[in-house]
Amino acid sequence: MPKLIFELSRHGRCARAQVPRHIPRAINIPKHFLRQEEPFLPEVAELQVVRHFTRLSRNNFSIDTQFYPLGSCSMKYNPRGVHHLAMLEGFLNHHPLSLDINSQGYMACAYELQEILKAVTGMSGVSLTPMAGAQGEFAGVAMIRAYHFARHDLERKEILVPDAAHGTNPATAAQCGFIVREIPTDTEGNVDIESLRAAVGPQTAGMMLTNPSTLGVFEQKIQDIAAIVHQAGGLLYYDGANLNAILGKVRPGDMGFDVMHINLHKTFATPHGGGGPGGGPVAVSDRLVPFLPTPIVVQRSGLYAWHSEKECPQTIGRLSAFMGNAGIILRAYMYARLLGKEGMERVAEFATLNANYLLAKLKAAGFTPAYVNRRASHEFIITLKTEAKEWHVTALDVAKRLLDYDIHAPTMYFPLLVPECLLIEPTETESKEMLDIFVEALIQILHEAKTQPDLVRTAPHTLSVRRLDEVKAARELDVVYKQIIDPL
Amino acid sequence: MPFIPHSAQDIQEMLATIEAANMEQLFDEIPAHLRVKNVLAIPESLTEMELGRLMRARAQQDNNLLCFIGAGAYEHHIPAAVWEVASRGEFMTAYTPYQAEASQGTLQLLYEYQTMMASLMALDVSNASMYDGATALAEAVLMAVRANRKNKLHRILLPRSVHPFYRQVVKTIIGQQNIQIDDIPFDINTGRISLAVLKEVAAETTTALVIPQPNFFGVLEEVDALTDWAYTKNVISIAVVNPLAMALLKPPGQWGKTGADIACGEGQPLGVPLASGGPYYGFLCCKKEFVRQLPGRIVGRTVDQEGKQGFVLTLQAREQHIRRAKATSNICTNQGLLVTASTIYMSLLGPKGLRQVAITSHQNAELLKEKLSTIEGVEVVFQSPRFHEWVIRLPKPVALVLRQLAERKMQGGFNLNSMYPELGECLLVCATETKTEEDIRKFVTLLTSILSSTNLLDKAEQGGAHAKTYL
Repeated sequence: MPKLIFELSRHGRCARAQVPRHIPRAINIPKHFLRQEEPFLPEVAELQVVRHFTRLSRNNFSIDTQFYPLGSCSMKYNPRGVHHLAMLEGFLNHHPLSLDINSQGYMACAYELQEILKAVTGMSGVSLTPMAGAQGEFAGVAMIRAYHFARHDLERKEILVPDAAHGTNPATAAQCGFIVREIPTDTEGNVDIESLRAAVGPQTAGMMLTNPSTLGVFEQKIQDIAAIVHQAGGLLYYDGANLNAILGKVRPGDMGFDVMHINLHKTFATPHGGGGPGGGPVAVSDRLVPFLPTPIVVQRSGLYAWHSEKECPQTIGRLSAFMGNAGIILRAYMYARLLGKEGMERVAEFATLNANYLLAKLKAAGFTPAYVNRRASHEFIITLKTEAKEWHVTALDVAKRLLDYDIHAPTMYFPLLVPECLLIEPTETESKEMLDIFVEALIQILHEAKTQPDLVRTAPHTLSVRRLDEVKAARELDVVYKQIIDPL
Repeated sequence: MPFIPHSAQDIQEMLATIEAANMEQLFDEIPAHLRVKNVLAIPESLTEMELGRLMRARAQQDNNLLCFIGAGAYEHHIPAAVWEVASRGEFMTAYTPYQAEASQGTLQLLYEYQTMMASLMALDVSNASMYDGATALAEAVLMAVRANRKNKLHRILLPRSVHPFYRQVVKTIIGQQNIQIDDIPFDINTGRISLAVLKEVAAETTTALVIPQPNFFGVLEEVDALTDWAYTKNVISIAVVNPLAMALLKPPGQWGKTGADIACGEGQPLGVPLASGGPYYGFLCCKKEFVRQLPGRIVGRTVDQEGKQGFVLTLQAREQHIRRAKATSNICTNQGLLVTASTIYMSLLGPKGLRQVAITSHQNAELLKEKLSTIEGVEVVFQSPRFHEWVIRLPKPVALVLRQLAERKMQGGFNLNSMYPELGECLLVCATETKTEEDIRKFVTLLTSILSSTNLLDKAEQGGAHAKTYL
């Protein structure tokens, strides 16, 4: 492991060429406003900085270097050309509060992306401002709330979520002031229709759903679900996390959804950046258009303009200081233009082909799918329940051992209702050879689990660190260098 | 097929393995009548070269303007090394560091970031970042609400000298809960929070006071007195600050007798380009007693099986993927890439370099003010100490003046008209270290000529309907 950058620090050192010239002019600030001692920042030279962070980067897995079969995350290739063009000076130097006449280049891209997203979702209105999927969810649920309020329908206090839902769904509903009610899943991975029927009523504000579900199967009774929720007076929310599976094949708007978010960092290949920035535009049906978060780009007599609170009096409001993660919006737009309409349809086709191929190969190799009778969507689940019992090797161990094979671990222990599970999503940008290597690695690890289980249990062995002590990290909180906080 | 590596033979072999006759069969579980029937209304695909041509033209459309707008997004010099290194695929295309052993680069960097940011704020802890400054403020308010269980109704004092867009975002995000937000007016002469008004407030029912530094007008607030007021009234103090300014100004942890409890703000000035408003990142720091209320990701240092130093995401029991409906926030990303850039930026400049950037920005803004106040009819509005922004009042409609400046490739500032109508025709102008004396002279000359032009108002009347578009 490289040292901490603070350990490279020497008093008085810094990257001189980057510091502005000293101007012999007074500082017109009274002393009691001023800082008395320097902050604890490293004092290092430019080469040290470049070398330190370059070396740190090499301790990461990334799409550019490894395969990420990470279920629910759609870790596909992030085109370099897109990044390169988003870094053009004209885009980088553009101030968010520039006049509209000085912003037509960016606004044209944002406007056209709004139109593209309407087309692929089958929805009537789009706002690009939410800065991540979770914020898109927040916007969506806030719009559901605003819709009922506007109709003076004030008793709707419950949001329904399937038990297999992403953690953000219940967290979002709670943040919007709703009570969360879970709906169980049937044995084939669908929402249990009878339980749903029993759960809805005049208290139902809406239901949040992913389709294909987090279990990697298509919710076939989606229209029944929509009818039940709508008849009860609720609205249907589409969690767009798995949109990649159906892009160009079936549209949430046509399935009966009223509102959804789109994870641009999944379906539209914008970089994950080690945990962000994301992008979570929302798309809505006619009845929710007035409530969309602002600002929104509109086109008027050949010019683009922003619409905000003034033009949209019923809006749920503003979600970011400016207009969301504009650079991510730009990248998603460019990706959509590179794909075009045929490319868009092929995303779903090849994502599904890759997932089903992997599933077939793993089944043949003796792994147990969670849903044997179902077609995989763009992802699927295998359960290591039997292996865990027989060899005392858990899904976590297998995941960690995969890292030694230079493959990122699949999503582990999610959804919560399948024991010892791995959620696997290859995405459309991986080649058949890569998928074959992954299958071979899993077969090898299964063999190791039988013959030398300790090797698997103590993995990884080849990375910069071995398995880390998370309990110690939480108990003896050390989150700032040279300062250990007492456990509370 | 863009980005899809399959050969015709691959496809045949894979379908055979699946025992599917064709691609179409892979979608046989989707009810046929739901399938997309008409071709999507999306343009044909472009090659990378064609896309390059289109995007260069669009970037060029918005380029080559001299910019004196600040108002929450600031143009600073970004050293070349910052984005050269941050754009490495190993940083840019990595996932969230849930698999700690395969993410030590990102995790160590976040730990270094947390150290730098906490120190810049002079507070105990920092999280690994929020979406932006405005949402960081909303989350800081929610933290205060969670930390203060004694009140049933939560009242938050949100001064009008805080960025108006931040106030709107706070209202959107916390408006869904049982929290009351009270505006606190600013003193019309100083541009600061009025302490006299604050003293009238019923402090018993108040959960938190938000204190900006510098405030939206660029004015320095009397942070010591405000923090002390909050402390004596048992009200949580939330600082919302420009992090670059904190290399020069007294940091939140040292305000008053006790320091502010929570500090947040926009990280953009530290190495992040303007880029039409994002992606930026929000920072959020606090005293250690609030750490369990801190939302978002936090990185901790620990050891591996062999006792070697390593880093992990810690205190995950607060987060949505574990606690679901009981999580501290629904957030599940930070703005990792922007924090990467910022950490590299702060490392390059160090404490002295950062301070110099802040000083030069302040000095340039002072020079700008001096020159602007010599123009006939231009009035400097608040006579208080500043960081790097000024409010000026113009003798003519700001919207029209800005439009005329824009036609000459000059962005003169942010029009305060719709947000603060009581101030009249006012403009918020900013100068950072990126502006030269020559730039400032050019701005002043242009503004002088536009203001002295007698036909401005005639022109405005003629083009009145059209000009309104840009108000």
